[in-house]
This record gives sequence, structure tokens and C-alpha cells, in this order.
Amino acid sequence: MSEASVQAIIEAVGVEKSYPQADGTRIQVVGLTNLVIEPGKIVALLGPSGCGKSTLLRMLTGLSQPSSGTLLWHGKPLDGQLPNVAIVFQSFALFPWLTVLENVEAPLEAKGVPAVERRKRALRTLDTVGLDGFETAYPKELSGGMKQRVGFARALVVEPEVLFMDEPFSALDVLTAENLRGELLELWLNKKMPASAIFIVTHNIEEAVMLADRVMVLGRNPARIRSDFNIRLKHPRDRKSARFVDLVDYIYKVMTEPEIEHELPDAETTAEIILPTGGLTKEALKKQEAPIRTARYQMLPHARVGGIAGLTELLRDRGGREDLFRLAEELIMDVEDLLPILEACVLLGFALLKEGDVQITPQGVAFAEANIQQRKVLFREAALQHVTILKQIDSVLKRKSDHAIADEFFHDILDEHFAEDEVQRQFETAVNWGRYAEIFDYDREQGRLVLAEPPAASEPAAASEADIPNQTSAPKS
Amino acid sequence: MKKSASLRGFSAYRVWTLLPSIEISYLPDVLMFGAGIALFYGVLVVGRTWLGPFTPQVEISRSPLALVAYAGYSLLRITIAYVLSLAFTLVYGYVAAYNPRAERFMIPLLDVLQSIPVLSFLPGVMLAMVALFPGRQLGVEAGAILLIFTGQVWNMAFSFYASLKSIPNEMREAAKIYRFSWWQRFLEIELPFSVIGLVWNSMMSVAGGWFFLMACEMFVLGSRDFRLPGLGSYLQTAAGEGDTRSILWGVATMIAVIVLLDQFVWRPVIAWAEKFKVEQVESSDAPRSWVLNLIRHSRSLAQIRKKTVRPLGERLMLYFSRMHPSEQAEPRSAWKVWLTRSLAVAVLGGISYGVVRVVMILAGLQKAELQEAAIGLGATFLRVNLTLLLGALWTIPAGVAIGFNPRLARIAQPLAQIAASVPATALFPVVLLLLIRVGGGLGIGSIVLLLLGTQWYILFNVIAGAMAIPTDLKECCSVFRLRGIERWRKLILPGIFPYLVTGMVTASGGAWNASIVAEYFHFKGHIYTTTGLGATISQATDAGNFDLLLAATMMMAATVVTINRLVWRKLYALAETRYRLDA
Repeated sequence: MSEASVQAIIEAVGVEKSYPQADGTRIQVVGLTNLVIEPGKIVALLGPSGCGKSTLLRMLTGLSQPSSGTLLWHGKPLDGQLPNVAIVFQSFALFPWLTVLENVEAPLEAKGVPAVERRKRALRTLDTVGLDGFETAYPKELSGGMKQRVGFARALVVEPEVLFMDEPFSALDVLTAENLRGELLELWLNKKMPASAIFIVTHNIEEAVMLADRVMVLGRNPARIRSDFNIRLKHPRDRKSARFVDLVDYIYKVMTEPEIEHELPDAETTAEIILPTGGLTKEALKKQEAPIRTARYQMLPHARVGGIAGLTELLRDRGGREDLFRLAEELIMDVEDLLPILEACVLLGFALLKEGDVQITPQGVAFAEANIQQRKVLFREAALQHVTILKQIDSVLKRKSDHAIADEFFHDILDEHFAEDEVQRQFETAVNWGRYAEIFDYDREQGRLVLAEPPAASEPAAASEADIPNQTSAPKS
Repeated sequence: MKKSASLRGFSAYRVWTLLPSIEISYLPDVLMFGAGIALFYGVLVVGRTWLGPFTPQVEISRSPLALVAYAGYSLLRITIAYVLSLAFTLVYGYVAAYNPRAERFMIPLLDVLQSIPVLSFLPGVMLAMVALFPGRQLGVEAGAILLIFTGQVWNMAFSFYASLKSIPNEMREAAKIYRFSWWQRFLEIELPFSVIGLVWNSMMSVAGGWFFLMACEMFVLGSRDFRLPGLGSYLQTAAGEGDTRSILWGVATMIAVIVLLDQFVWRPVIAWAEKFKVEQVESSDAPRSWVLNLIRHSRSLAQIRKKTVRPLGERLMLYFSRMHPSEQAEPRSAWKVWLTRSLAVAVLGGISYGVVRVVMILAGLQKAELQEAAIGLGATFLRVNLTLLLGALWTIPAGVAIGFNPRLARIAQPLAQIAASVPATALFPVVLLLLIRVGGGLGIGSIVLLLLGTQWYILFNVIAGAMAIPTDLKECCSVFRLRGIERWRKLILPGIFPYLVTGMVTASGGAWNASIVAEYFHFKGHIYTTTGLGATISQATDAGNFDLLLAATMMMAATVVTINRLVWRKLYALAETRYRLDA
């Protein structure tokens, strides 16, 4: 263990991040985490959106301080100092008023490198990432892929020990991302990369399996490592190969059913599970986590009704059961976009998850086959049965004499369980679902929820005459 | 001397037009050289006048030749006040954006300061400044400058603060991870990010600055008559004498100065600021400026830049980046904590002393005076709102017509811009002269005067709003045959609503402020006045009744703040939610 910690560039021991709330409680965003970044390795951190990946990355880079736990830099604690690392950002974060060359020179300026030396190093780095000829261009003249190349050059010019990347390819189109990913890997494999380790945060499972020597899968609310394993496939990796597909499948399972232990495919040759570092075994970690884990408020996945209906229809047409990986590929959807819809179907009792497959339920079939009005009735029943916040809203509105209440009431309820932005998103989703189910109307200007007339149940004749709602059930484009 | 300077400019222009093939980078250099000499002469003259003995009643010459010098003096006052405002803006905005504790009271304070009528500061500021520099012309000058400063600084500070607050998080993180020194962060992120907002607000502020300057270049305080050589005093004197020829000369000079400022300062700056736009793609019709092109093509300027600015910038950058590791995570020393605390106590003490004094003064006021002020408040309230109504009545149809018709817009917009840029206070004496000839009193006159200053805000915003209505919505109305009143109700009024509110807010604030000069006027040895809070303030200023001045000013500030909170802010919220077009 001591040998490993000497070797590691960055080691996080029991770091955790939580934000204090107005009422004195704390909301945990990143749960107790142990993690090492070793030289010569590409580490990928995978997780659904909003799970706290980026927060973890910012703690590792020293941009934000952990609420508890320590960060070791070459075995020594890092007390608020910034280590020699660089970040490639999702939004590129280039300075639009500086030319490409000036953008790359800026970090060297900050280091106090004299002008001549600065220019030489910047030009050399630009050459490495294939940007020669674009020195005097401004970022707005460049395509997304070229912009991110500038981002890479700016990060590499400081010769960081660890190159951090925060979803570096997710703002690019598929082909550009593929190309850039390949070039990055080529630089790395040919040892032309002036960084000794890479740490990439992504929600793209294939991207992680394609690049990484080690993958960590994060669970949500709060973020906690669900699985941590080495990948031993040789580069270049063939994404059609059985081993590759098995690994992708495995990660899908971990991400969709985080509570269940899954078996890593072909542990001998493809990958191996790593014991949690810092001397803690998996059992010990679990024990340590136990007290934090209390009964949690139900978290709504941010899916639209149209998406839910579209998925149930698709499942029914394909015989009721489908492999998740295949489904995502078929729909050309990122796991980030697919997961919330899946979770919503499961939450409403329209589908079940089994071993990386998704299985439609009888309720799901009924929902898929219903017409516009019947769908509303079915959705309303499912929502009032399974969705906590909608149940609460319904009962409160029914009990009040004027059948109306200010939205702040529910904001307060959500405030106790979620961070600020998440409260807003939770509320928006609840409003979206509740309006569709005709549980309530929402007056945004007044900020009031008002009990709605329930939809006419089991009256198909009346339903067809009723005015057609604007909410259609077309799948999300 | 001045003549020859202008002649040189003229002949250079001739040469340039006659010989278009001449090496273009050579001419600007000659111009720059001439400008350098003229600047040196100007500094000399100003220094001699300002440090000269105090002459409260400068004889204002009505010769058109003197106008060049007068315009120069006025321009100089505006410039100095602007530089001060900019410096204040940077400091205030920076502190407010980065110190959460300070932010909590600095931003509401800005809101209140913005609504205090600037002209009621006039007597206090003037007397203080004259006392500060006894026996020197500098005192009166400093007073005027300080007054313009208070008129233009607040919106600039607010814009800078808002820009700092809206810098994207990832950009900040990039600066932090690459360890930018504060200097580099300021130069490469914060300043560029806020430049566009600052430029537009600077233009607005300077326009407002002209308004106040014209009013305070010539005024009476009790028995003392202050006059500063400048365009404002020239126009007032000319109108006082009923000298139409001089009035025309004065107004023409005013317009010339404003057009020149636009061509030589604002347009180049706007064209230059274009590169600081945070946008993903290049816009096709970027603003251009021939002056900026000249500057960019000047060889001598490029040489000067290469020899001075660049090495200096390099030095500064390296200096700050090398000293900066030590500033990391430095614990606050004990004396610093104590210094902050004692400062806070001192500020609090000062504030409470002020509040107590004010309450004492207000308690000592006579009932009759307060009653008069209250009646005045009502009269001004009616007058301001009548002005807004009248302004809206003609500007909404006119603005919509201009906004919907690109050909009309091309003709009308520049004309309206010139008309709007002439400060209303410069025209007050002229309008008053006309009114007296026609036989109207200041009762109607003051409304005309208020309208003169505030209608433009509404007009420009309505034009912008009408232009922003999407074509498909207009076509939709044609398809459904919505015409006449229905078209106004369903499309035009909701479409321009957010812009209309913005224009009305600015106009309302401006009208309250302008009431101080519009309701009470010294003219040809007479005092023209009408009932109103503005008149009360001016009268109190005249009579040296500072207690009443204070009370009336506070009444006006409180009214403006209350109206803003109760009416405009609600309408604003409505405009932001229901009437947003891009939702």
C-alpha cells in the first residue's frame, strides 16, 4: 500500500463534498471517495449527468476544496495549493478576444515565461495538435473541433503532470469527436503527450472503454464509486469485438442498476476489479457509508412524457424486451439522454430492468396502446401511485378549501433534500408531469398550483370530442 | 492659432481627397503630429485659466469665434468627469463583485444613489469645492466636474458589476488552474468581458453628462452668480440677450461637437469593441469606423506602440505573474482584521450621525414649507406622468412606423439620433425665449422642456422593439387578417412591451431629474417658475435654504425609488416573463 501511494501522482483519501443549507443541514454531493491517479495511465470517470463527476474533478485539481478528507500530491498533502495540472473544458473556455496563439501563450504568461521562449513553446504545441497555420485566427473563426484543439494546446503547453478533461468531446458532433479522440490516443501512445497521466470525465461509455486503462463508475445522489476496474484490452481497440461489447454491457448494468452487484466479464484477460485504495476493502467502505445513507426523498428523472411514451411504444413494437446497449445504439442516443427516460418508465411502473435488459410491463403495454385521452388517465394513475411529490401535491390541493397553493410550499419540501439547481429541475419535471396528468394547473406568474378537473375516465366517445391537448406523445427528437 | 489648426486639418483633408493614391499610412501621421501640438497648446491654456484667480462672473463673449474655445472647455469638463467615473466604476464594480459581504449593501446603495436627483447636489458640491480651493477658478470647475461625475457614474458601475458577475464559470476556472495573476485576469478576462457593456453605458453617461453640464455652467446661488466659460453659458447668455444669430451658432457648434465625438470617439471604440463580443460565429455586419482604420494603418502609431506599450505591458505582466505565488492562501493578519473592523465602525458611525442630523433638520422645518413641498410633489408627479403619456402617444406610432419600415428607418434614425443627442438643457433657454414670445408661461413650458429631454428614450426603445418583432408573427397576423386595433392589441403592443417599459423607466427617471431645471428658470433677469417639487428644490438652492433643499431632495429620491419598486420593477418582471419573444 505504501509503495502505491508513493507512486501515485494524486491520491484522494476519503474526500467528500457537501453544501450547507439554510436550515443547518448539509446536502452531500460527493460521497466518501478514495481514488488514485498513477503515472502512465488514462483514468476515466463515468457517471450519469448531474451525479457529481465534475465536482469530483474540481476537487482533484485543487479548484475546489473537499469538505472533508485529504488530497495527496506525490504523497504530500495539498493544502489549498494548485498542483501542476491542466484542464480541458467541455465548453472549451477559450478567450474569444485572444488569437489562437495568444490563447495558448496565456498560461505561460502566467508562469512568467519571457516573450521569445513563450512564443517558441506555444508554436511547438500548436504544431503537435495540428493547428499550425491557425495562429492568428480568433476562436470564433474556428469550428468546434478546432476550438477544442486550441483547448488541448493550451492545456499541454504548461506540460502538466496530469491532464484533466471534463467531457472534452461532448460539445462536438459524433464524427469530429471520434477523430479528435483518435488523435489524442495516438499522441498518448506515441509518448508525444507532455503529461504523465490523463484523467477524463465522461458520460459516454464507449468513449471510456475506448480510451481508458482504468474505469471508475459513479453512482448518483451523492456521487460514490460503484465499480472500479482496469481494462487490459490492447490498443487500438475494436469496438465490434466481443470483449469490448461485454465491457460496455457491464457498465450499462452498473449504471442502470447500481444497487446490485454485477459480475465483470472475463476477469482474466479483459479487465480486473481493483480493491478500493487507501487500505479499505469494499465491505469496510460500505460500513463506513452506512450512517450517511438515510431514507431519501424520491428523485424524479428529468424525462418528458413524450419521451416516456415513445420508449414504451418502441419496446412494445420490439417484442417487449431489449438489450440496453443495443437500444441506445439503435436510437443513436447517449446514455445521458436515454437513462432519464428509462428511469422514468421504471419509476412509473411501465418497465423493469433486468440484467442490462429492459422489459415492458402490462401497464407499459396498456400505456403504449392507449389513445391520447386514455394515456392521460393511465399516466395519472401511475403518477399518483408511484410519484411521491405528485401524491403530496394532489393531497394538499384536495385538502385546501380553495384548492390552490403557492409553489414555494413544494420548493421548501424539495429544498430539504436537493441542492439549489436540482430543486428547480425537480420542480419543473413535477410540473411537467402533473400538468400532463391533469392533476393540477400551474400559473407561473402567480406561482400558484391549482387543482385541475380530472380527465374524463373511460369515456372514449367524450374523449374523442374533447379538445386535443398540445402535449403530443411523439418521442423526443 | 486655433484658426491655423483647423485650416491644417482642412487642407490635409483636401489633399487626401484629391490624391487618393497617396501612401495611406503617411497622412495619419501628419494628422497625429498636428493633434499632438494642438493638445499641448490646449493644456497650456487650460492650466493658465484654472489656476488663475477666482472670477465668479466670467464675461461670456458672444462672438462665434469664442465658441471653439468654449466647446473645448465644455468638452474638457466632460472628459475629466468621465475618466473619474471610469476609475470609480472599476473599483466599485470590482469590490462589489468579489466581496460578498460588501456586495450585500453596495448594490442596493447603487440603486438608491441612481435615483437621487443630481441637480440638487449642485449647491452643496459647489460651495464645498469653492471653499476647498479658495481664490482659484479651480474650485468652481471641480464642482461642475464632480456634479457631472455623479450624473454619469452609477449606471457604468452597475454595468461593470453585472459583467463581472456573468463571466462563465469555466473561463474563471481556466484562469485559476493556469494560475493567472490578478493583473492578467483583469486584462485578459474581466476587462474584455465587460468592455461592450461599459462602452454602451459610457455613451449614455456622457450624453447625460452634457445635460447636466449645460445646466451647471451658469447658475445662481443666493446672491452669487457663477459662470464658467462653456457652451452652456454661451447658449444661456445668447438666449438671455435674445440674440438669434448667436443661438443658431451655439446650437450648430453643439451639434458639431456631438457629431465629431461620435465619429472620432464612439464609433471607433464601438468598432474596436466588436472583437470582445462573446459569440460562437462571426457576425456578418460588424460596425466599422474609418477613424479606427486610420489608426490601425498609421505607421508611426504602430512604431510608438511597439516601442512603448508592448514592452511596458510585457514588463507588467511578468512582474505580476512572478510575484503572485506569495499571495496564495495568505492568512489575514491581525492588524488587517482590526483595520477593517474599525473602518466598518467608523462608516457606521458616520451614517448614524448623518441620519440623526437629517432627522433633526427635518424636525426643525416649518409646516408651511413642508406643505408647499408636498403640493409641489403632487404637481411634479402629475407633470412627469403627463409628459410620459404625451411622449408615448407620439413616439409609439412613430417608432413602430420607423421600425416596421426599413427605408424610413434609414432616413429617420440618424436624424432622430442627432436630435436626441443635443442636451435638452442647452435648448431650455431657446425654448423659453420662444414660449415667452408666444405668450405661454412655464406651466406649459415646463412640460415642453421635460418632453424635450425624455421622449427620445421612449422613441429609440420603441424602434428597437418594433424591429425585434419576428417576421413570421407579422405574416401570421396578415394570414388571419388582423388589422387596425386588433393588430395593435395582439401583435404590436405585446411585441414592443419589454422595450417600451425600458424606455419609460429611463424617461421617468430623467423627467424627475429634469424637473429641477424645467420648473424654475433665471432668464433675462427674471425668475420664471411654476408649482412643483423641482421648483421647490431650485428655489431653496437660490435662497440658500439648505434644510428645505435637503427635505425636498429626499422627498424626490424617495418618490423615484418607490415608483421604481412599485410600478416599474413589476412591469419589468412581466416583460421578462410573459412578453419575452425568445422564450
